[in-house]
Formats: sequence, structure tokens, C-alpha cells
Amino acid sequence: MTRHDLIIIGGGPAGLAAAISAREAGIEDILILERDKELGGILNQCIHNGFGLHTFQEELTGPEYAARFIEKAQVLSIPYLLNTMVMNISGDRTVTAMNRTDGFFTLEAGAIILAMGCRERPRGALNIPGFRPAGIYSAGTAQRLVNMEGFMPGKEVVILGSGDIGLIMARRLTLEGAHVKVVAELMPYSGGLKRNIVQCLEDFSIPLKLSHTVVDIEGKERVKAVTIARVGPDRKPVAGSEERIPCDTLLLSCGLIPENELSRSAGVAISPVTSGPVVNESLETSVPGIFACGNVLHVHDLVDYVSEEAAQAGRAAANLLLGGRKPAGRPVRVLTKNGVRYTVPSEIRPASMEETCTIRFRVGDVYRNKSIALWLGGKKVYSKKRPIMAPGEMEQVILKKEDLIKETDLAEITVSLEEG
Amino acid sequence: MEERKLTCIGCPLGCLITVTIENNEITGITGNTCKRGEIYAGKEVTNPTRIVTSSVEVTGGTKPIVSVKTASDIPKGKIFEVMKSLKGITVAAPVRIKDVILADAAGTGVSIIATKNVEKIEIGD
Repeated sequence: MTRHDLIIIGGGPAGLAAAISAREAGIEDILILERDKELGGILNQCIHNGFGLHTFQEELTGPEYAARFIEKAQVLSIPYLLNTMVMNISGDRTVTAMNRTDGFFTLEAGAIILAMGCRERPRGALNIPGFRPAGIYSAGTAQRLVNMEGFMPGKEVVILGSGDIGLIMARRLTLEGAHVKVVAELMPYSGGLKRNIVQCLEDFSIPLKLSHTVVDIEGKERVKAVTIARVGPDRKPVAGSEERIPCDTLLLSCGLIPENELSRSAGVAISPVTSGPVVNESLETSVPGIFACGNVLHVHDLVDYVSEEAAQAGRAAANLLLGGRKPAGRPVRVLTKNGVRYTVPSEIRPASMEETCTIRFRVGDVYRNKSIALWLGGKKVYSKKRPIMAPGEMEQVILKKEDLIKETDLAEITVSLEEG
Repeated sequence: MEERKLTCIGCPLGCLITVTIENNEITGITGNTCKRGEIYAGKEVTNPTRIVTSSVEVTGGTKPIVSVKTASDIPKGKIFEVMKSLKGITVAAPVRIKDVILADAAGTGVSIIATKNVEKIEIGD
């Protein structure tokens, strides 16, 4: 069985940034396993611009952002296998994979970084009534068809869900000559970024119907029409509010789910809130030597943050492999309060943290004029005013090691939303 | 005095910006967190522009299409004309990022450039 110091599962933005930072931290023997036919992951189909403003101070398209990292990985001669599907990871860090040239093979790893990304919530998970004709796609599938394969999925389009991919596809399909009739959103607010609502819907006068959902799909061979209805505060359809919309295509943009089948097979503990691994300050999962970063850990809004987080996972894995790890000590739990849904990481071992630790989180509702507060036990060490916070956008707060080590016998760290 | 509220698109923060206009002159811009926001808001009420991204067909390449964009932003009102100018365009592989696919798209003075590398298929591949 071949052994590698570091095996990275996934060659998208997270896997690439993790590999680069691990190499820069001194790890020579790295292998990236990627199931697609090229590196770059989902960025390859995100041909719109707006990526990289934080990282490169310029607006790039997805493929351009990916190319920066792919080129760097190539300059560093980081090995990777394409068209390679990882079938299993076990708790002792044995990786089973297969591809067309090597067949079925197993690898042993000193450390593993999980960077498999996420997938879209499918129709089956949404319980939409009606027939099951052709013409129903997840927004990401339609994006791949249009932007990578060169096919249009349809002409008369209804989009359910106002996630960013749905909004981006509303514009993309409109530019390619399709008629996007409406974007229906179950929630009373959009899950997408403001800029996408402005640039993808308002620019093209595409209506966004908040608190609406699809209650019926018609058509035996191909979608003929969908019926949308208003929903009440209980998110259930209101009788009498139905509207039939003739169309040939329904796109679903109803949320992303971290793809953790492999993590589960390795025995990694999964958070019920994020559907991603529970990690500590080093982004290490409950299984020692297995780290996680990017959308497999929790769904991000900006790829820049994925790159930043993945680089940290790369450094942490390198630190473990190079024997630089100090005795970890007792972990301090990070608690959430007043609308903070989760935090990543969810526990901190003060001795193991870098000079600062970025605690990333999402809020559960739209909040105006609140402050993000960071408490170490009963002491508030940080507070930042935020005019608006929404579930669609990731928030963060920086924990400083110098603040943390002053506190002895710290019971918990709390991230909270407060008035003013 | 007229007040126009708009959402900044300069970056994904999406600041809510208020522009006050008096006698066709911008007298105040508030709500932005950076200089980009101020520039965007000023422009959005006088001369709104957009980057357009799309794709064109590739012949002899390892991929059927290549993604492209306008090298800089173009007037918002010209979006569909720029899209029309890309209809029927094919490029021969190899294509490199920043290669000019179409010069002066729809009379905007702005070029369409490639945003992805597409290699040439070698005989025997």
C-alpha cells in the first residue's frame, strides 16, 4: 500500500489552497484526488465575475480565480490524480479510490484534508408534488450545461429558490435568450446576495416572489406548467393564492448540503446544524489527523473565505505532520447565542491556536442594527456593529490568542448578537 | 432634493447606499464602506455599467466552449447588443486566459477576452 504524508480529497478551491499552504509549510509528499476531469471544482462552471476581491483586490470570474490556484499548484509541482473517485476513508486514514487507469487502489495517509465541497438539495428532498417529467434541473446542473457543455436546458423558465446559483442562472439564461418568468422564494427574504438580486433580477425585470413556493408540476414527458402559491407564516401554501405558470423548465436553487458521506465512513462527527464536520481551532475533525475545510465543512458565500480557511487547514495538517504540535490541553467550547446558528470552529484549544483564530458563523434570520459580541466567559473582549446581517451571508469574528491566554479556567467562549 | 437608495454591487458585501441629488447634481453619498461604493453609486445614478460574461464555441479544443468576459465594464443598456455580437463566434484552440476573442464588442470600444485556458486536442488523444 502506497503511503503519502498528506492526501487531500477534492481539487476545487479548498483542496488547492490547502495543498499550496501545506507545501509552503514544508510538506513535500502531497496527493490531491479529484473526481472531475480537471482541477478547479465548481469554479469552472461559475463563469460570472465577482470572485477574488478580497484575495487579489480585483474581480475575477470563477475559472480565472481557479486558474490562479491551479497555476500555483503546478509551479509547486503538487501531484494530483484526476477522474479519480474516492470510495471510502477509514478512521485509520486509509483511502480507497478508483479510476480508469489504476483501477481500484488503497492509499495510506499521514493526514487527510477533506475538501469535497457540497451538493445541491434535490427535488426529492423538497417534497414538491406533481408529475416527474423532464425539464426539472438543479440550478447548478443547468449552470454546468450552459457554461461548460454548451446546452440550453429550456426556453420558458421558472426558478424555485433565490439562492445565488438560481439568481446567477436567471441572468445567464436571460442573456442566452430564455424567458425567466419568475423566481419564487419560500422564505420572506432571499437567500442570495444583494448584489445578485440587483444585477441578476432587477437589471432584467425578473420578478422575485417572496413567501411563494411551487405546489404542482404538470407535464408527462416534459414540464408544461408549474403552479406557485403564496405561503403563510407557517410556510404552508395559502388556499386560493395559486397561480399557474406555463413553462418548459423548472430550476431548483434551494440550498446546498456539505457532501460528507466519506467523512461519515471515517467516523467523523457531523454537526446537525451545518451538516459538516465538527472541528476545533486547527480545523481538525473528531478523528485525529483528518482535517476539513471549504464547503464540505460549512457552506460559504465567498470563495475568498474558502481559500483562507483551506490555507489554515493546510498549515494545521503540516504542523501535525512535522511534529510541531504541542500538548493540546483542555478544549474550550464555543457557544452560540441570540440568533447565531453555529460557529466554525466549535471548540478551541488555546495552546494549539495560531496568533488569531477566525470564528465563522451564520445568523438564523435577518437582523438590523445589531452588534456581534465575543465573550470569554463573563468578559466581553470584542464587539462590532453590523447595520444588517442575513442568513445568506457568512459573518466572522476574530479571536486573539493574547486575549484567550489571559483567561485561566475559561468555561466557554460565546458568540452572540446584541442590541446596538 | 431627490434621494435614491441602491445596493452596491462592487463586492458581495452589498452596502445599502443613499445618493442625494439636487438640481441634477450629486450632493451626498452615504452608507458605503469603501471608496469603490462611492464611485459605484455615483456612476449607477449617472452612467450605470456592467461586466458581461458569457461563453463561445471552441473548435479543436479539449473543451467544447470557452468562458469569456468584457475586458472592462460596458454601459448597462448595451448588454444585449454585446451578447448579440457573440452569436456565431467560434475560436480555434488553444485559447489562453486574456486572449482577445472579439475586439470592440458592439461599438463599446471594449474587447471580449477569454477567462479560461482550453488546450488543443493533439492527434491521437
